[in-house]
Amino acid sequence: MDNLNNLMQGFADVMDPMNLLLALIGVLVGTAVGVLPGIGPAMTVALLLPITYGMEPVQAFIMFAGIFYGGMYGGSTTSILLNTPGESSSVVTAIEGNKMAKAGRAAQALATAAIGSFVAGTIGTLLLVLVTPIVVDFAVSLGAPDYFALMLLSFIAVTSVLGSSRVRGLISLLLGLTIGMVGIDAVSGQQRLTLGIPQLADGIDVVVVAVGIFAVGEALWVAAHLRRRPAEIIPVGRPWMGKKDWKRSWKPWLRGTAYGFPFGALPAGGAEIPTFLSYATEKRLTKHPEEFGKGAIEGVAGPEAANNASAAGTLVPMLALGLPTNATAAVMLAAFQGYGIQPGPLLFDREASLVWVLIASLFVGNLLLLLLNLPLAPAWAKLLRIPRPYLYAGILFFASMGAYAVNAQPLDLFVLLALGLLGFAMRRFGLPVLPLIVGVILGPRAELQGRRSLQLSGGELSGLVGGPVSYVVYTAILLVLVWPLIRRFVVRPLRERNA
Amino acid sequence: MSSELNERSVDDARPPRGGDRAQYGVCAFLALLGTAVIVDGLGIAHVTSSTDPVGPRAVPVLLGVLLLVVAVVYAVDVARGGHGEPEAGEDVDLSMGSDWRTVLMLIAAFVVNAVLIEPLGWVISGTLLFWGTAFALGNRHYVRNLLIAVTLSLTTFYAFAIGLGVNLPAGVLQGIL
Repeated sequence: MDNLNNLMQGFADVMDPMNLLLALIGVLVGTAVGVLPGIGPAMTVALLLPITYGMEPVQAFIMFAGIFYGGMYGGSTTSILLNTPGESSSVVTAIEGNKMAKAGRAAQALATAAIGSFVAGTIGTLLLVLVTPIVVDFAVSLGAPDYFALMLLSFIAVTSVLGSSRVRGLISLLLGLTIGMVGIDAVSGQQRLTLGIPQLADGIDVVVVAVGIFAVGEALWVAAHLRRRPAEIIPVGRPWMGKKDWKRSWKPWLRGTAYGFPFGALPAGGAEIPTFLSYATEKRLTKHPEEFGKGAIEGVAGPEAANNASAAGTLVPMLALGLPTNATAAVMLAAFQGYGIQPGPLLFDREASLVWVLIASLFVGNLLLLLLNLPLAPAWAKLLRIPRPYLYAGILFFASMGAYAVNAQPLDLFVLLALGLLGFAMRRFGLPVLPLIVGVILGPRAELQGRRSLQLSGGELSGLVGGPVSYVVYTAILLVLVWPLIRRFVVRPLRERNA
Repeated sequence: MSSELNERSVDDARPPRGGDRAQYGVCAFLALLGTAVIVDGLGIAHVTSSTDPVGPRAVPVLLGVLLLVVAVVYAVDVARGGHGEPEAGEDVDLSMGSDWRTVLMLIAAFVVNAVLIEPLGWVISGTLLFWGTAFALGNRHYVRNLLIAVTLSLTTFYAFAIGLGVNLPAGVLQGIL
């Protein structure tokens, strides 16, 4: 029950009035930015990261938890009201959600999304409290070869499971690994790819990479193709649900949570698969099959819960192993590193109070989100009408401010621009951005672990295969690699039968 | 959703746009980058020791080779008609070509900010950045935009630099703000 005491202590820290205020500001700002069209959860977190730079880590993480959930909820509001999801994880929510909104049931769609997110987020965070210590106990015994194998699995997973084309995923990953290599080699102290520029010796900050690829890249891309006539927005009143809506929603919420959390917690997980599975399940189990495709509330409740539970699940490998499995977790990992904190099994020993404050803030942020967003939804919907020149000018403004604030050097602004142009090109050629971010963050650490493994074996490649864990992981890698075959011969025929 | 999950071959059923030849440019870029990474890697002093039998050169060379390999694989994919889907979005209209004039103006506003941020300070350079990008994006309310830009720069400076201790330079306005 040690963890319970720690969690209670975390709650006690958050309950300080000043800290509660920070959590509230985090939720408000996170939702406001997340609702803005074109800004997904990861970009919200990356853009708002600099706000926390001047704070103590505890305060920063309290605010951060609010931004995290606020950004997620803001994204689903956009996809329901505009039918254009900011991230692949809310694609499924948009299918039925926008249909509901068009049929005049926007208030119910937003309500089931908000309450479902709350239910899933709370259960997901509870599971996080229960599961993470177990993963940590297991992770403490892991050696360098095991970590190397796990990181390899992350690389393979982000390039080939998520996304439509493996070549394009691999290109993105390699670009990320190249960017991550810039700077002084941690083992030998030699400079690599610094082009003789002294400011590059410390490497390119992950926050600059994330802001450049997500924010600047997106702003440039949209600017080049700006729709001159703004998209149609559905007016919305205060979200509410009738008795029948509750009855139809609560089971999908729980089933969605059950799909979302385990997938999020796997090193090769993500939100795409569980949201899709949840949609398919609800479609099969519903008593109103005629409504599917025309705005069925189950089709919003389930996937939205799955999405949020998966986001909570993502924090398990992020905190316990230091492995990010989605873009938002990757940016959060960068935030930890910005405070000189390295997530991984030792985190719970070294920074125990910080971790439990973060987890307690997740609970608090989730509750604040529900209390705020039900009454504020009409106000958020108005944000969708912001004139586009101001929206994208504002994104570039805050992106520049954030990137400069990381190291206070103008060179970072030129690096930011270069990365923005790279982000532009990646959008133009349909290259996914997640593998790049994961490559930048994990690349240097994978190299470190790989070289450590080879140090133990005196340079023999056999050193890369360690204990039973690495065997399991390499088997998983193999499975991921043959997954397309499974999908082709097992999943697709199944789906076709359902369709 | 289906285009997300399905393999590329299904997407190819769409009417071809005469192949997306610009993708060969990406191949060339990857090949060039791969070569540069290998050359840079080989230029590093080869220091190995008992605690680091691999040394700092191996990984860059491996990465460079992988970049070259993927450049070739990508070229083959493109030659066989593969193409990525350009990213869609709320405000994106892909039916028309790229508007390069807007992009160049945005880059110019961005560079002005990067050059002036230290000598003139964030309040002035940030104002220019916001005003310039709003202009580039087609907004012609010059005075209103200037007011918004100044307000935004001043607010962020006071809130973040002075209030929250974020690094933003005061520049020539040092002592006035």
